[in-house]
Amino acid sequence: MNAPVKPVSAQKGFSRSAPSRRDVLVVAAVTAGGALLVGCSPMSLLGLGAKDVDFGPFGPFIRIAADGSVTVISKHIEFGQGNHAGLAAIVAEELDADWDKVKVEQAPANLKAYANLQQGVQGTGGSSAINNSWDQLRKVGASARFMFVSAAADRWKVAPGEISVKDGVMSHVSGKSATFAELLADAAKVKPPEAPVLKDPKTFTLIGTDRVKRKDTGLKSTGKAQYTQDVHMPNMLTAMVAHAPKFGATVKSFDATAAKAVPGVVDAFKIPSGVAVVAKNTYAARQGRDALKVEWDDSKAEKRGSDAILASYKALASGQTQPSGDLKWQVFDNHGSGPAPAGGKVIEASFDFPYLAHAPMEPMNCVAEIGGGKNKLTFGSQIPTVDQLNTGMIVGALPGSVEIETLFAGGSFGRRANFKSDYVSECVHIAKHVGGGRPVKLVWTREDDMTGGYYRPLVHHAVSVTLGDDGFPAHWKHRVVTQSIMKGSPAGGGGLDESAVEGAKGSPYLKATPVVDAQVILPDAGVPVLWWRAVGATHTAFVMEHMVDQLAKAAGQDPVAYRRALYVKAGANRHLAVLNLAMEKAGPSPAAGWTRGVAVHECFGSVVAQVAEVKLVDGEPRVGRVVTAVDCGTAISPGQIASQMEGGTCYGLSAALYGKVTLKDGEVEQKNFDAYRVLRMTEAPHVETYIVPSSGHPTGVGEPGSPVIGPAVANALLAMTGKATSSLPIVSA
Amino acid sequence: MPKTLDINGKSLSVEAAPDTPLLWVLRDELGLTGAKYGCGIAQCGACTVHLNGVAVRSCQTPIAALDGVKVTTIEGLEGVHPLQTAWLEADVPQCGYCQSGQIMSAAALLAHTPNPTDAEIDAAMNGNICRCGCYQRVRAAIKLAAAQGPATKSASATV
Repeated sequence: MNAPVKPVSAQKGFSRSAPSRRDVLVVAAVTAGGALLVGCSPMSLLGLGAKDVDFGPFGPFIRIAADGSVTVISKHIEFGQGNHAGLAAIVAEELDADWDKVKVEQAPANLKAYANLQQGVQGTGGSSAINNSWDQLRKVGASARFMFVSAAADRWKVAPGEISVKDGVMSHVSGKSATFAELLADAAKVKPPEAPVLKDPKTFTLIGTDRVKRKDTGLKSTGKAQYTQDVHMPNMLTAMVAHAPKFGATVKSFDATAAKAVPGVVDAFKIPSGVAVVAKNTYAARQGRDALKVEWDDSKAEKRGSDAILASYKALASGQTQPSGDLKWQVFDNHGSGPAPAGGKVIEASFDFPYLAHAPMEPMNCVAEIGGGKNKLTFGSQIPTVDQLNTGMIVGALPGSVEIETLFAGGSFGRRANFKSDYVSECVHIAKHVGGGRPVKLVWTREDDMTGGYYRPLVHHAVSVTLGDDGFPAHWKHRVVTQSIMKGSPAGGGGLDESAVEGAKGSPYLKATPVVDAQVILPDAGVPVLWWRAVGATHTAFVMEHMVDQLAKAAGQDPVAYRRALYVKAGANRHLAVLNLAMEKAGPSPAAGWTRGVAVHECFGSVVAQVAEVKLVDGEPRVGRVVTAVDCGTAISPGQIASQMEGGTCYGLSAALYGKVTLKDGEVEQKNFDAYRVLRMTEAPHVETYIVPSSGHPTGVGEPGSPVIGPAVANALLAMTGKATSSLPIVSA
Repeated sequence: MPKTLDINGKSLSVEAAPDTPLLWVLRDELGLTGAKYGCGIAQCGACTVHLNGVAVRSCQTPIAALDGVKVTTIEGLEGVHPLQTAWLEADVPQCGYCQSGQIMSAAALLAHTPNPTDAEIDAAMNGNICRCGCYQRVRAAIKLAAAQGPATKSASATV
């Protein structure tokens, strides 16, 4: 599915956003950990209490069995992104292992061995798995290869340079050959090289080919893949928790008489987040939880509806309300000066975005064993280091001593990573109460998951652009009002929350505009918010891309030509390349009856362009063909890149068309999939993916595929109906 | 009270109240964890199993309703169903959590409609949510399996 295109500019190694995310995580960890220990460096502090582990001769990322089979240890969780395939392929390429026999295993929590090199903690996020592991795992594979080649050279008394390796077999021109299995003992004794020599990427035989398929498809198509939901341990209890209907409410009193009378219920007790019921199985826990009578103290709860919160955001943006106290406007782009050109055409638009639940297929859950000398978690941990830290603080243990075995997770989209480890902490509190190291599986129902908070924040943008005589933006005023994701966390310093504006900040359209006045304000609300697949780009991509079509329309120009001119002005060569590739592959015109919309956005270092074909079916937009072009640097698994573009498109389209969480008097109205509409088979588009050939540092694909489709669809609707979209979701019913 | 269920061709005795949903009996009592809990209200399809060959949401099926009913779960396809081969070929799953349900819905479809049209696939699969958005590959894999002809003995035994 690759296609030749014009050469693209030099690639950036790290994404624009990555350093800020890394800094934030380190700060978060240190701040939170500061309560525990003061005066240590961040890494040593977070890893304190960890056992020394002997990883064997090839280090923490490779294990080679006596039969020569290679297991790659992934420091990143696999919850759909396909990173296990990509990470293993990097090792296998440099090692020249037999790809068909390579296995992947999930690493346990171990900060020292498995830190995300962009984030300072062990964790998966910001589409960084491949990006941060590329250099590291190439060296890991090359080092092990060196050890085998050295062992073979010693045994055969030949020069190492005369030995070739293919599919796990070392060969010499003399005809001698040996497998990894045959040379394992000797290779294990070779001192690993300090600076292993990496392959010339031109000689790659696995990376970039269609052979790099998932390693878990067999498990996942037979029901054998193990998720947290599936964990069963001897003597295990299953827990459910009654949570307050309003965020910030607490337990005033409760009566567990009826709950305890349910057959199978073992106990019911108060924990910080509500009232827990523990039972011998899930159904009993559910019945017990439903039988609880709880009176809540709402005195400190958020009682506003989402309409009232949005109205307050709009009043701030319009200047009707002046910020007071600590609340201040913060500049995120301010360049050029002078008034807007007199008599220039002014285009004003505003955009409202609702709260969104991540709604992964597997609701939040966790298994904990606490007490009796054990502090162990077994679940789909997205940021093990933070989960270790929060667990350690609850049970009074050093963070590194908390064991975490990470399982597959049934999706996350960001939900399983938060600074408070909300559902993990809940499980730890329950297991601590149960005590004795007895395993407790916390199960959240779909309703718990939907109403449990940690949403993509509610966001309002107000934009006013004055066009110059040439029809291009001369003056761009931009106001963003949303709730800070970082402020509610231990990382909440006084600086700009980049995650609120990333994608608007740094946009080529702002770079191409002579005068920009862009500011954000981040009022508090009692609703827990969190990153949600693509984070800031979930709204900024929509605003910038839908705005630019409205500008092109006002200027009387074709939106694609208009973009191209702006990319040239901004020096945005990668944007231009993906747009050109998508347009070329889309062909001159859509099928009869369909209308096209285009959008382009950079997210976590990857740039994606989409040409979406849209028509109305029973008054609702239906998306058919979506031509996608992506520049993600070196492509390791073209199939998984395509898969992420397909899936990201569905996830973003689901939100743009249907996604919304609303609050009435502080209570979430959408409690399950009957009310929180998500994209289904009938509504799924057909996505074609084309990858820009690149030898650049690989960037991520887990998130960048999701934020582009929304504005592409809105742009198609603009072309079709003449009406701009000013609030999401597009389908309001 | 003990109750006997016919699951994947075996007669199994379980201790559960009659109103207990089949899903929880499969998962908690019998250790058959392929069918997943996703919503509990028959909206997402992650818990799909076959009852006498018909795709049904086990989260809304009390075991009291299963007298004389043959239950087939993803484990009953034994990894040899043409759909499971096609799933590998098309590299369908992402997180994988919904896939047992997707495959069970697709297997019931193919058992009755060996060469489904897009509209027939939509109708059969619209009750199965995939939040990762694997729909395009699910559709492709169903067509691949259909092109390979009828299910093997083991798989067809489920209907």
